[in-house]
Amino acid sequence: MRTTWILAKRELSGYFSTPVAYVFLFFYLALMGFLTFYVTGYYERGVADLQPFFALHPWLYLFLIPAISMRLWAEERKSGTIELLMTLPVSLGEAVMGKFLAAWLFSGIALVLTFPMWMTVNFLGNPDNGVIIASYIGSFLLAGGYLALGSFLSAITKNQVIAFVLTFVVGLLLVLSGTPLVLEFARQFAPDVIVDSLRSFSFLTHMTSIGSGVIEVRSLAFFGSLIAACLLACVVTLDLKKAS
Amino acid sequence: MIEIQNLTKDFGPLRVVDSITFTVKKGEVLGFLGPNGAGKSTTMKMITGFLAPTSGTARICGHDVEKESMAAKKKLGYLPEGAPAYTDMTPGAFLDFIADIRGLSGATKVTRIAAVVKQVHLEQVLHQPIETLSKGFKRRVGLAQAILHDPEVLVLDEPTDGLDPNQKFEVRGLIRSMAKDKAIVLSTHILEEVEAVCTRAIIIAKGRVLFDGTPESLASRGPLDEVFRTITQAERVSAS
Repeated sequence: MRTTWILAKRELSGYFSTPVAYVFLFFYLALMGFLTFYVTGYYERGVADLQPFFALHPWLYLFLIPAISMRLWAEERKSGTIELLMTLPVSLGEAVMGKFLAAWLFSGIALVLTFPMWMTVNFLGNPDNGVIIASYIGSFLLAGGYLALGSFLSAITKNQVIAFVLTFVVGLLLVLSGTPLVLEFARQFAPDVIVDSLRSFSFLTHMTSIGSGVIEVRSLAFFGSLIAACLLACVVTLDLKKAS
Repeated sequence: MIEIQNLTKDFGPLRVVDSITFTVKKGEVLGFLGPNGAGKSTTMKMITGFLAPTSGTARICGHDVEKESMAAKKKLGYLPEGAPAYTDMTPGAFLDFIADIRGLSGATKVTRIAAVVKQVHLEQVLHQPIETLSKGFKRRVGLAQAILHDPEVLVLDEPTDGLDPNQKFEVRGLIRSMAKDKAIVLSTHILEEVEAVCTRAIIIAKGRVLFDGTPESLASRGPLDEVFRTITQAERVSAS
């Protein structure tokens, strides 16, 4: 636990010691603000809530999260520091967890910095702040799921671009599997069980239910097991091919 | 303190390290010599537990590096090939991080960091990002990291590569001064280095041990360059 925290601390301070973190935060906030206010028709709806803002998250995370996660292990491999790290008294589990936690905390910081949205909506009307808090928690879980996936895919390559593209593609599949387009298409030939499980594997489904202010056990279990499974896959991958 | 037994590594059909066996006792400095691609770095990666051997075992202070890796890693200081480091950090922050991971704290941590910084002369670059440092300084940061916890076993992959003659002289002096209560393995391309710091030399080529003895017995065969060529090239002829 102590070791995990030391590694997470180093990783997180690494983000801020280069311009990467600031550039990322700038684009993250600029994009979130611009899309919410100009593209989703936020004002025209005339409803005081943040639903359009949170509906963007599964889509924006598609390429924002791989930008964080791509470097996690690919860079470690490329620069050779993985050899240093793996010969220090650190277990693979601690290393994987430490790096993941740093990335997750960083995405949390980015999310917290969207608080002007929340202030705006409270200034304009009387939103249901309970729903907003639930949505923030949901968005944070979603980021964790994406990051765990990205962490695993970053471990299989030393090329950050490949890690980015892989994470984007797999993430896209996980989002799209919940869209009406895919579900209707699948319904034509697949039994309901398949269609339902397809839907339940989608980030979109879980975000929609959380967006209505309810954090279901099902969604918690989904993100929890997604994170656990991806991090485990990451440990196994590193163990098998840390030196290659 | 280092016991290597029949260590073998295959990369696909290629046998890179072929059944190497040796032990290094406390007070010994073992010099690992060989042409490029002889299997020096691969052997060191297996001694430190980074690479799993195809067969054979490596023990550090009695701990099998595969089965009791945590115990072995605590006893070990390692300078990997190319001296990798987190280059966005300063040497000061980097050593602080290594000290935390190694479990050093409080006054011990402060005195140990101060001691190694002095030993490898990092004072003037302590607060510059590692990526801006020269090759020589980077190598010394790697060395500082390896000796920070005063380990019983030290594995150094080309510790003097990229250093100027003065720095080489100092690093060799440092290694000699640490030798009496450690077991040290180092690899090098420089033949004189073996005479200067090592108590024992092993020459390997194509993954096999071709010579194991004192630097003096190696030197008694003639000029080092020629002896090295004779030993490693005889192997090349017989293998082809």
